[in-house]
Parts: sequence; C-alpha cells; structure tokens
Amino acid sequence: MAFWGTRLKLLPRGLVRMVQLVLIAAVVCFSLGATDAAGRFDDLGHKMMCQCGCGQVLLECNHVGCPVSGGMRDELTTAIASGQNDSLILQSFVQKYGAVVLAAPTTQGFDLVAWIMPFAVSIVALGGTIMLVRHWAKNQPKLAASTPVSPAQARVEDAMRERIRRETEGL
Amino acid sequence: MAAFGSFALLIGLMLAAYNLVVGATALRLIAVGRKTAFSPERMAETARRAGIAGFVAVTAAAFALVWSVFHNDFSIEYIVEHSNRALPAPYKFAALWSGQEGSLILWAWLLGAYGFVLRLRHKIDVKLHAYAGTILAGVQVFFLLLLTFATHPFAGVRGGVVPEDGNGLNPLLQYPEMVIHPPMLYLGYVGFTIPFAFALGALMMRYPGEKWIHITRRWTIVTWMFLSIGISLGMHWAYAVLGWGGYWGWDPVEIASVMPWLTGTAFLHSVMMQEKRGMMKSWNVWLIFTTFMLSILGTLLTRAGLVSSVHAFAQSSIGDWFVWFLVLVMAVCLFTYILQRDHLKSEHRIESLVSRESSFLFNNLVLLLVCFAFLWGTLFPVISEYVQGTKTTLSGAYYVHVAVPIGVFLLLLTGIGPLLAWRSSSLKSMRRNFLLPGIAFVVTAAACLAAGLKPWADEGVFYSLMTFSLAAAVTTAISSEFLRGAGVLRRQTGKNLLASMVLLVRRNTRRYGGYIVHLGLVIIFIGFAGYAFNRSAEMPMGPGDKMQIGPYTLVNLGNTQESNANYDSEFSQLDVYENGKKILDQPMAPEKRVYLVNGVPQTMVANHSTLRWDLYLVYEGRSSDNGLPIIKAFLNPLVAWIWIGVAWVVFGTLVALVPSLSPSRATVTAAAPAAVITRRPAVVTGGGD
Repeated sequence: MAFWGTRLKLLPRGLVRMVQLVLIAAVVCFSLGATDAAGRFDDLGHKMMCQCGCGQVLLECNHVGCPVSGGMRDELTTAIASGQNDSLILQSFVQKYGAVVLAAPTTQGFDLVAWIMPFAVSIVALGGTIMLVRHWAKNQPKLAASTPVSPAQARVEDAMRERIRRETEGL
Repeated sequence: MAAFGSFALLIGLMLAAYNLVVGATALRLIAVGRKTAFSPERMAETARRAGIAGFVAVTAAAFALVWSVFHNDFSIEYIVEHSNRALPAPYKFAALWSGQEGSLILWAWLLGAYGFVLRLRHKIDVKLHAYAGTILAGVQVFFLLLLTFATHPFAGVRGGVVPEDGNGLNPLLQYPEMVIHPPMLYLGYVGFTIPFAFALGALMMRYPGEKWIHITRRWTIVTWMFLSIGISLGMHWAYAVLGWGGYWGWDPVEIASVMPWLTGTAFLHSVMMQEKRGMMKSWNVWLIFTTFMLSILGTLLTRAGLVSSVHAFAQSSIGDWFVWFLVLVMAVCLFTYILQRDHLKSEHRIESLVSRESSFLFNNLVLLLVCFAFLWGTLFPVISEYVQGTKTTLSGAYYVHVAVPIGVFLLLLTGIGPLLAWRSSSLKSMRRNFLLPGIAFVVTAAACLAAGLKPWADEGVFYSLMTFSLAAAVTTAISSEFLRGAGVLRRQTGKNLLASMVLLVRRNTRRYGGYIVHLGLVIIFIGFAGYAFNRSAEMPMGPGDKMQIGPYTLVNLGNTQESNANYDSEFSQLDVYENGKKILDQPMAPEKRVYLVNGVPQTMVANHSTLRWDLYLVYEGRSSDNGLPIIKAFLNPLVAWIWIGVAWVVFGTLVALVPSLSPSRATVTAAAPAAVITRRPAVVTGGGD
C-alpha cells in the first residue's frame, strides 16, 4: 500500500478527485433503475429465454410462427399488470417452465458460482501477477559498478541517453 | 465417384500414418544418433514426401464430394441431405461444408494444404520442419480416421433406394456470406495447427533461440486474420439472415470461435516479449498449445451437442472422438513440457510494474480472463446440470455483466501499452505521454454527457460512455505515436509529414501495422457501444400504412408474393421518409422465403446502413388477427462502424505482414551536445518494436 500511497501523492490532486467522482458516479449508476410498466416488461423480458427451443431471449425471439413467445409475453404483461413484483414474476415463470427459463443464473445456491468465478479468478490472477512483478522488480540482480566518470562526462552521457530515448521512442 | 472419394481418403490416411510413424522414428534415430542401414535423414525425407502426397489424396477426396454435389449424385447420403437439383451453383459448392462429413473433409483438406506449403518450405530449417510436419501428420491422421471410420462422407443412401431429388441445403446457409464464412473460420481454426506444431516440435527438439517464432510469425498472423474475418463474416451473416436485429447472440458456438482468437491474440503480443527480451517462454508455448486445443474444443462444441446452440445442424455422435483427441493432445503437450521445461527458462524478468513488458503481461492476462469467462459461461450449463441436476442457462445478460467490463478494461490497456517504455517508464515520461489521451478521455466523456447520455439510467449506457471515452483516449494515444515517429523522420529526411508517416510504417510494418489493427479494434468497440441505444417497433402493415421509428417514417407501398424453383417468397415494399423527404430511390423490401424442398421458412432482412445507424426491417410473417404482414423495424446505431473496423483490422494485419524496409541509415545532423554527436553520428534504423 505504501507504494500506491506514494504514487497517488505524486498525482495532481485534481486528477485524484476526478477519479473519485467517476467511481461515485459509477456506483450511483447501478443503484438506479427503471420502474414503469414498459421498462419492467423490457427488463423482465430480457431476463427470460423463449421456450420454443430457439435459444433466444424472450423479447428477441422473432422467428416466424413461434408458438411460445407470444403466450409468454402475454403472461408477462398480465403478471406486471396484476401488481406482482419482479422477483415474484420470475419465480412464477421458473415454477411453470423450470430454471432453464432464466436467461442468467440466479444469485442463490450453486448458481452464484457462475457469477463469482470469473471475478474471483480475475482478482486472484491480477493480484497475483502484480505481486509477482513487484517481487521481480525488487529482486533485480545488481549491476556491477562501472568505472568512475567525471561529473562533466556524466552530464554528457545523460544528455545523450535522453536524446537517444527521445529520438528512438517513436520508432 | 463415391468409390474414388473413399479410396482417396483411405490413401490419404495411409500416407498421413506413414508420415507420422516413419517421421517420428527418423527423428528419434537422429536424436539418439543411432546409425541404421537406411539413413534416418532419408527416412525423414520419405515421410515429408508422403505428407505432400497425402495432400493430393485429400484434395482428390474433396474434389470427389464437390463433383458429386454438382452432378446430383443422390446415391450418396450426404448429397441427399445437403443438396437438391434446384440449388444454385455457389450453394452447391457451399454444400461441401454445410454438413458434418463435408466440413471435416474441408478441415482435413485445409490442414493438408497448410502442411503442403510447410513441407515445400522445409529448407528454411530442415529438422524443425521435419518435427512440425510429423506433428501435423498426427493431427491429420486423427481427422482422416474420423472421416474413414466414424463419419464417412461417401456413405451410400440409407435403404439403398436412390431418391429423385435431395433435401436441399439448410436455408439459413443459402446466403452469399455463408459461401465464405465457414472456409475463413476453418482457415483460422486449422491454421493454428501450424504454430502449435512448430512450438511443440521446437520444444521436443530443444530448439535453440527464438527462430521458431520468426518462422511461424507470418503463419500466426495470417491465421489470426482468417479467424478474425471468419468471425466477423459470421456476425454479418447472423445480422443479415437471422433477422433478430443483432449480430451477436452469445451462442456457445459463436463464443467458441472467439476463444482461440483471444488466446491467439495474446500469443501474438507475448511472443514479442520472447523475441525482444527472452521472457515468457513457457507462457508462449502454453498459449499456442491452448489456442490449438480451443480450436478443437470449438469443433467439439459444434458437433457433440454438449450445449444448446443454433449451430445444431452440425451435431452428431462424434463428440467422444474429439474428447479423446483433446485428452491425447493435452497429455502430449504436458509430457513434453515437463520433460523439457528447463529449456524454457526466461533470460530476463520484468523490472517494473510500469513498463511495456508489464503492459504486455497484463494485456495477455486480461485476454485470458475474457477467454476464461467465455469458457466458464459456455460450460456452466453442463457443470450445473452435473452438480444440481438442472441445466442453468447463460445468455447475453450473463456475458454483458461478466465479459463487457473486462472487455472495456482491455480497451484501456490497448491504449496504455504503446505509451509505456520498455523496461521501465519514469513518472515524467508517463505524465507527458498520458496527458493528451487523458484530456481526450475527459473531453469525450463530458461531450457525451452534454449530448444527453445518462449513464446512471442504464448499465449499457454507462459502458457505452466508457467505451466512447476510452476510444477517444486510445485513438489519441496511437495517433500521437504515429505523429511523434513521423516527426522525428521528417526532421531527419526533410519529407512532409504524410510521406514521413508512410516511411515510418514501411520501416517497421509489424509495429505500425499492429497500431492500425488497434485502431480497427477501437472502431469495432465504438460500433459495439451503439448497441445500448438500439430501438425497435413493429406493427401489421397494409398498403398505405405508416410506421414511425426515430426520424424515419416508413410507408408500405404494397405486399407481394413471388415464386421460383427454389422457394416461394412474400415481401413488402416500403418507402422511407425523413422529415417528409423520401431518402431512398428504391423502396426497402424485407422478405420471407419458404423453401419448396423442405418447407423451411427464412427471413431476408432489408437494411439501410449509414455511419449513424442502420434502419433494419424484418418481414415477420402474417398477423393471425387480420392477415396483414407484420413488419418489425430496428434502428441500430453505429453498426456500420463494426464492419469498417473489421476492414481496418484486416488492412493493419496485411501491413504487418509486409516485410519492413531493410535497415536504412540516416545520419543525424544534430546540434548539442556537438562534441559527441559530430564524432559519433546517431543512426536511425528500422526493425524492432
């Protein structure tokens, strides 16, 4: 943490504040949602799969003469109009069609693993790699001391290095 | 012709088996230095020639199948199932890969063709090519065994009664892109066998240095390009044919095609670390092993019926063959790696978290994480059924939540990488390099918010905002790389900026071709971001009826029915108005076809594409209430950017394939510190990244 603390102090305060604002905005983004009937229909209709075997999300199944999606859409409209909440509506569809009706796993039981695993692996992999690279960086073999150079010669060499870096960076 | 084809396949199998057995024996004898009456070198040469002859045999088998399709030979079951007399000629050709047996012949033929080129170029490095050729022969033996004993393409018609006509080609495949999408995809899948064979061969023979990477670099890039084209053609086909208004349905087989693309992309990046710094040797070897195995897994998923897929037309019972082949490949790779792992020790280690090497490593990691998320999502239904007895479905909603954030992070890394120096970047240089992209990010985000984007209202809009902003930042970063390099050359050569930029690219085609590819990916991401703003409307439309979507008013001119030998069709003709003005000379005509031979319906979408959005019309069928055609209209923003981005990616890849100009020397007539510069002029050369 000390490493990052030092780095953060070196960044302009305005930039740090801006990053903080972006993060807060991101949290706010996900805490709000649509509540009107059309929005709920759209939202719930995209959380379920058409059960005709086409393998498409309910509201995106449009194959000619689908015998199932029309009925499912009507059921959804009726359920929303009857005042049931989203969770109850999804439960009633699961009871009727089975868990396979849900377009994405629930956040309960074994299904939770589906959601957690990619993020858990990402965190472990990224964290592990950062730690490994920092370990490598700390344990670089020391270079043998070169012959002493005069301050004037060192300035010329520094200028040369900087110039070479500048001119070859883009190549 | 069926007998000729069967015989050709059998000969091909025998030649591939000879190549494998004799080639492996010869290489073993050479490795242990044992002298025999027949020199191992000559044995290896006969094996190589058998490989070349094997390609001729498989070509003959493929030709026999195509010939049988064109001559309506309905004594062959495959021809009955996948063709009919009225099928137009280009689709008869496509029948070669429309079914399992044909597509496996295509696979074997492409593998033979790649192997043919490889074996002709053996003088580059005879021993390494002998190893690679033998490994290729091993893979070829598997596919020819499959074709000969498990799924024979020339099997006679069931029941022995030759029908008058066939069942026809799957209507979904009767679309021009379907004639080139599968071969492109297969060129990609099969092509990864070449770097795989070289990597495994180099490891087996403890090949010194990185020459195997130089030899396979072009193979890998070409393969990656074919796979990219194949995937994007598939997207375009889905968009134009399936008629649900999107180009990506998160189907398991679609995802399976992207997985080797992701690991192949990671490999293309990480080999640079091995070439430049002698790092990540084990990583690279496993990346290409994984890429090859994922190619096989993609084929397994398509055919084994493990997961539900719209690609079910190719499903069969040969999944077990692929499973065992995957197990065998994994065992060989693991055994070879364990035996030779001391040969893969890195010469250097990463020196700083903030360096070009680090960015490559993280880029690789993120690509693999996306790949893992895809693999996990694809296999989770199988796992959940095994664990809890019920199959859990994972659709787009899952992938959007899991893969999209990682994808946006990858876009960020695309921009950061080129801004970091090799070994270590100082804070000063980072500030200097990141200033402009940072400004571009903030300005774009502010502009999007000012334009009315509400990221707090919808998750998709939030990711779109991030994508637009990052796209601006990455474009700025890449452009500044071009400008900085061109600026240096302009000062040195006196040419104008444009000429300097062309010279810059020609001096290091690999690096700047790569940047062009990155720009293409940025454009593609912008196209993806438009998905959050899709709109749709649908209604039954009689003549004269109007529908409003976005700024467009659609007026139905009438509904028509037509027939030909292949299908019956119904379509509507709609004029399109914007602000009261007709914008298209010809009316749009969404269509529904019903193929006569099998009664299968298919939609033919009408699409008016602009840079801003696509007006996409689908003829959904007739309303059960009033018999009027139901027209569904979509307004899909920025879709055209995806296809433009793909073209950019292909262009960049082609640039990267062109050899760089040989190192030219341009003396710098620079000033201070004069004492040093005039005595030892600086030299600017091409090459290297």
